[in-house]
Amino acid sequence: MSKHHIEMTINSRRHSSDVEARVSLSDFLRGDAGYTGVHVGCEHGVCGACTVIVNGKAVRSCLMLAVQADGAEVVTAEGLAAPDGTLHPVQQVMLDEHALQCGFCTPGIVMTLAALTNGAEKPSEQQLLEALSGHICRCTGYQGIRRAARKLAGADEAKKA
Amino acid sequence: MKPAPFDYVAPVTIDEACAALAEAGGGATVLAGGQTLVPLLNLRMSQPFIIVDINKIADLKGIARADGCTRVGPMTRQCEVIASEALTRDLPVLVEAVRHVGHHQTRNRGTVGGSIALGEPAAELPATAVALGAMIEARSTRGTRHIPAGEFYLGPYMTALEADELVTNITFPDWPKGHITLFREVAQRPGDFALVGMVGALSVEGGKIARAGLAWFGMGPTPIRAKTAEQMLVGQSLDRINPQAVADRAITDTAPFDDHHASAEYRRTVGTRIFARTLREALKIGELA
Repeated sequence: MSKHHIEMTINSRRHSSDVEARVSLSDFLRGDAGYTGVHVGCEHGVCGACTVIVNGKAVRSCLMLAVQADGAEVVTAEGLAAPDGTLHPVQQVMLDEHALQCGFCTPGIVMTLAALTNGAEKPSEQQLLEALSGHICRCTGYQGIRRAARKLAGADEAKKA
Repeated sequence: MKPAPFDYVAPVTIDEACAALAEAGGGATVLAGGQTLVPLLNLRMSQPFIIVDINKIADLKGIARADGCTRVGPMTRQCEVIASEALTRDLPVLVEAVRHVGHHQTRNRGTVGGSIALGEPAAELPATAVALGAMIEARSTRGTRHIPAGEFYLGPYMTALEADELVTNITFPDWPKGHITLFREVAQRPGDFALVGMVGALSVEGGKIARAGLAWFGMGPTPIRAKTAEQMLVGQSLDRINPQAVADRAITDTAPFDDHHASAEYRRTVGTRIFARTLREALKIGELA
């Protein structure tokens, strides 16, 4: 069993710690760093609830060891809204389209959509909907989430769907 | 749902990684993208005493042209394959296959080499490597060897790779410009393992099939080269190909099994259908042919 010193940026803050090699990034973010917006569901990469952004890309934090994120830039749901509380466009559209109920899967979905829409290139509706297949929601029935994704892609028929 | 304790090293060169694997004497597990290994660790189905993380080895990354082939570094992430203009131009079927591996979020970490070295029989990339005639380079402190993908898979999750060997390169031979690509799988949901799948490429010269590389996945204990179909197709004029007849014979190469997702009979029935349909569509043969 080995222990490792790691340093990473989480939501623009430096964070350093000594971790056992077997600690997942998801447990590290929740337990050590206190970002409980990282929801740990299945712990084997199926449900998508623990999705965070690592170096600009949406990844499942339960499928990465914390030690592997040494030197990385990590964003969790807590890091999306502006300091004055203004919601990130993805959060706003999720709210507007009633894209959540119990909220367990929501942070993961928000992080995937944020990672895909934060870049300079605008993702297509198809890309966003396809990426949502990596998330399991057990209560909304997905229609609100799909509307939110379509709206983010700029689709006019967002209202109709 | 937490892994058993293990030691962890993250070498930065291939030599260091091989030395770590040799030193562990078979007790080490290589961590590539981790999208299969980490679930197994979390579920304690895998309990290595040391993990050799190869994510920091720059020499294992990247896509490069070489003489008559394309070399894909094993640590090339699946998302990088999809974004690669060179692969989209030269090996479109590999790009299409990768699009069906897992989900967007797992493709951001998952690697080409990780999937190929794991040897899941229903996975897309091992079958693609078999179909396209890829060569797998493996290195250890004992030396380097090259294993044809067709000889690499021995059984479910069993490969020709020794415990101290690391996949250091995957080489895909060139296919002629404008070659035909074939890919189809049936899965219960996007991102699930295929219940049935087929993949491959065909090249046409003077109205005849000049070269065929085809494989099945999810149709037996390993990816299976569709040898019978290849033999039926090569040399055949396009206007004389009967996709249904080829598919009916092609299915005899497979050895599907029953599991809780589908019966062997279902796999054979659907396999024959998708093989015929994919061939028909790729060769633009009329529905009734």
